[in-house]
Amino acid sequence: MVATAEAPAATRQMTYQQAINEAMQIAMREDPTVVLMGEDVAGGAAVDHLANEDAWGGPMGVTKGLVQEFGRDRILDTPITEAGFIGAAVGAAATGLRPIAELMFVDFFGCCMDQIFDQGAKLRYMFGGKARCPLVIRTMIGAGVSAAAQHSGCHYSVFTHMPGIKAVVPSTPADAKGLLLSAIRDDDLVMFFENKVLYASKGEVPEGNEGIPLGVADIKREGSDVTVVAISRMVQQALTAAAALAREGIEVEVVDPRTLSPLDEGTILESVAKTHRLVVVDEDNPRCSAAADIAAMVADKGFDTLDAPIKLVTAPHTPVPFSPPLEQFYVPSPEKIAETVRGMF
Amino acid sequence: MSATDTMASAALADLDGDKLRPMYERMVQIRVFEELAGKNFAAGLVPGFVHLYAGEEAIAVGVCSHLTDKDFITSTHRGHGHCIAKGVDIPGMVAELMGKSTGVCKGKGGSMHIADVDKGMLGANGIVGGGFPLACGAALTAKTLKTGGVAVCFFGDGASNQGTFHEGLNLAAIWKLPVVFVCENNGYAEATPVHYHCSATDIANRAGGYEIPGIVVDGLDLFAVYEAAGEAIARARRGEGPTLLEAKTYRFYGHFEGDQVTYRTSEELARYRDRDPIQAVRTFMVARGVAAAEELDAIDAGVAHLLDESWEAAKAAAFPATEETLTDVYVRY
Repeated sequence: MVATAEAPAATRQMTYQQAINEAMQIAMREDPTVVLMGEDVAGGAAVDHLANEDAWGGPMGVTKGLVQEFGRDRILDTPITEAGFIGAAVGAAATGLRPIAELMFVDFFGCCMDQIFDQGAKLRYMFGGKARCPLVIRTMIGAGVSAAAQHSGCHYSVFTHMPGIKAVVPSTPADAKGLLLSAIRDDDLVMFFENKVLYASKGEVPEGNEGIPLGVADIKREGSDVTVVAISRMVQQALTAAAALAREGIEVEVVDPRTLSPLDEGTILESVAKTHRLVVVDEDNPRCSAAADIAAMVADKGFDTLDAPIKLVTAPHTPVPFSPPLEQFYVPSPEKIAETVRGMF
Repeated sequence: MSATDTMASAALADLDGDKLRPMYERMVQIRVFEELAGKNFAAGLVPGFVHLYAGEEAIAVGVCSHLTDKDFITSTHRGHGHCIAKGVDIPGMVAELMGKSTGVCKGKGGSMHIADVDKGMLGANGIVGGGFPLACGAALTAKTLKTGGVAVCFFGDGASNQGTFHEGLNLAAIWKLPVVFVCENNGYAEATPVHYHCSATDIANRAGGYEIPGIVVDGLDLFAVYEAAGEAIARARRGEGPTLLEAKTYRFYGHFEGDQVTYRTSEELARYRDRDPIQAVRTFMVARGVAAAEELDAIDAGVAHLLDESWEAAKAAAFPATEETLTDVYVRY
């Protein structure tokens, strides 16, 4: 029996981090120019009894098992040298490899930003279109595990701001797999933001090697009364709020942009045209942010469809605090989202 | 000791007239390119910033003569010489300086970002020290895909104080990458002398921290550079890892066009002008009978003609259409 193109692929339960691992495995099998590099992506380099075995497979085990299959020539443990190896990944991408570089925590971007935004993001433009930078930088984001101010930020807004970079923010295991496959196959520099709090979350993930196109939002819950655009882990928070609000008779539509650059403006505007209300939920800091950008876009292009002012639910304009009650206050909660929605009617 | 005697002492078995003439021509191309760039900048024909390479020609040519299009170089804000030595189209470079649509980067890069990846030229670079990691990456590609290629990272004395210098040398050393780091020590990082800004007497000494070879050569001596670079590049191709090659040199002009150069004395400049690396090669070739003076005069005239035509063509060329602002950001978006 021949499967039709429309037939959905069989799925199975897996975690967000397993889905990310599977996407890398598929991409490395299909393209010998794909290499993975980063700090302890295998771990135990040059340790005799770990020739092609990993010690860690990344600090959270996300890349575990890859060195067994692909060897240490393609799974490259780097020194703790972010400018060095992120820049080397840019140089490798410009000359024929298709690297995946792991920036362990996005907060470390200060150590290597020149190589990302002055070199990788600009080289195609500066060179008049004669170069490509097919590079994915995978990086961990998110508060919620008391990792404190230097290991908990989101900061995807910084990268969304910059031309030459694409910014991907998966919220589910299935999206993580499909979007990472597309990111690796993409010919531009892609920042791929993995929320550490989501690593253990489970969901149905399609088998096979199908990618999810970058720049296509996903409606995670249909509703008629208010549109909530939520980013990364905030999708789960918004869905929890939506379930509570449904019991009160308010039907929330949850839109997951999935990529912030490019941004699927059409899906957001269509949803707002239907519900006439917009809340944007974002764990990033609020000034010059993805949330502010989406709100401004709707105010500019969808103002006539709105029945109420646009509301933002974001982290405060502070670093991420350490102490658990403070950190809990920092991250937008389902309760805050529900309260904001109620205030719009 | 005269320059001729110094150079004669180099081992030059493989540098016959057929090899030397194109090297001489490249050096003259760089010199004339830079002199006209300076003149036309002063005349208001070149927007932005221009940093001239004149005086340092022996380094770009001595190194790049060992390279082919499959080898990559990274360059600096003072990058015109590296481009020419790597074979980037000269009329296209002139047009690029003027921001014209016929420029090698369609007018989007300008002097500080001139590049041609097809020629293995990964760009001049507006960021001091920006090239070290990129060169490591190009070398990683060569090593992973077994292309047989090498990467050369040109940088100035000022860049040796950037973190990327140290990160790049360490990464290249532990991975035994086929890369050669070529320091063009012209004595000044902008307006600051090297003896102030650098803790090392020789920047090549810093190779010791990474346990790779660190070599010092006279950067005004084409043959000394050619010989040392040849060894370093051959070592890289053999898979034996990186070398730090420091060429002591001098820039005949300021840091940028418009620099009043109050931090150098005219006596110092005159001393280096007397050791002009192109004049030295010319004297050597004639004295050794490698080429007749008339032959070299003809090369000079040909270069002058090429550059004059390039400027005329660039002046006549169109600026890019304003819509071009919006293209080449992404492959697909």
